[in-house]
Amino acid sequence: MAWMAWTLPTALFFVVIASLLVVFTILAIKFPETPRRGVLGIETTRGDRLFITLLGSAFINLAWMGVIGPELQPYALIVCLVYAAAVFRFV
Amino acid sequence: MEKTVNQKAWFLVLPVLVLVAFSAIIPLMTVVNYSVQDSFGQNQFFWAGLVWFEDLLHSERMWDALGRQLFFSGAILAIEVPLGVFVALNMPKKGLWASVCLVLMSLPLLIPWNVVGTIWQVFARTDIGLLGYTLDSLGINYNYTQNAAHAWITIIVMDVWHWTSLVALLAYAGLQSIPNAYYQAARIDQASRWAVFRYIELPKMMGVLMIAILLRFMDSFMIYTEPFVVTGGGPGNATTLLSIDLVKMALGQFDLGNAAAFSIMYFLVILAISWVFYTVMVNLDKRDTK
Repeated sequence: MAWMAWTLPTALFFVVIASLLVVFTILAIKFPETPRRGVLGIETTRGDRLFITLLGSAFINLAWMGVIGPELQPYALIVCLVYAAAVFRFV
Repeated sequence: MEKTVNQKAWFLVLPVLVLVAFSAIIPLMTVVNYSVQDSFGQNQFFWAGLVWFEDLLHSERMWDALGRQLFFSGAILAIEVPLGVFVALNMPKKGLWASVCLVLMSLPLLIPWNVVGTIWQVFARTDIGLLGYTLDSLGINYNYTQNAAHAWITIIVMDVWHWTSLVALLAYAGLQSIPNAYYQAARIDQASRWAVFRYIELPKMMGVLMIAILLRFMDSFMIYTEPFVVTGGGPGNATTLLSIDLVKMALGQFDLGNAAAFSIMYFLVILAISWVFYTVMVNLDKRDTK
């Protein structure tokens, strides 16, 4: 795996994403759900909302870095959490 | 009560997932690893943190390339979609000529990208190319290697030549699927040609048109070979689209970290826009089936 140039932070990053996917897969099987229509006017399942959250978080992090600067980057995660809560509640 | 979704069916896509893992996910993970490190070759890497992302966000070069890319995709969509629909509306519905048209329309789609680039590179030359020579003889001082506007017009016309038929073929397929009863009803109501297009043909074509727009958007947003062969990104940086810039950065300058950060942002933009298109498409489908 040396050719992949792994680092601890990137490994953790992927472990978190992979475990999120696994957790949501298990949730989807254990607790089947009906897609619902939220503020975006589109039908979403939990998986869709996770995708919207992750993609949005990537852009939130980039915007934070561009506007506020990388010194306070960890705080961007707080914004992401708020965003995630909003997505799961309202979308 | 609405039925719940059976998510177990997703396990059926596992084999595809394994294939995609080897061809896309693992390489993409490697790119993510590169994006936080610096390399001087020989597979030796040094931790760099978020430096490349920060550089990139403040890099005029990247924003300019992104602007050019969006302009390119917007321009070709604005031309190819209406033109493709227009061509499809005017194609014969059946008979020998329908087949002839279909074959002729698919020809440009069969030509490899670099060959299309080479064809247009020669075609547009003022000394030996038919287009360039003709324009020159008409007194137009056309030179795509030195004039940015001419270079842009050349690559946009080239893309329109190469891909309008895809939109036309998809739109044609959409038109063919409209039952004759709709047209008969329109005739009874004495609907005008425009009304038939607006209220029958366009709504019925919407699904395939969205697919056409999505395909053309993704393809044009990733375009590399044709403009690279024709203009090489020039004159200056005038036609340096995102992928051309990315290759320059990754292979020309061997700035792997920079290029990896660039790739991730490029990927995120494509993912976001494709998701929007996909969502719109799926919702159009649902509305139609209701």
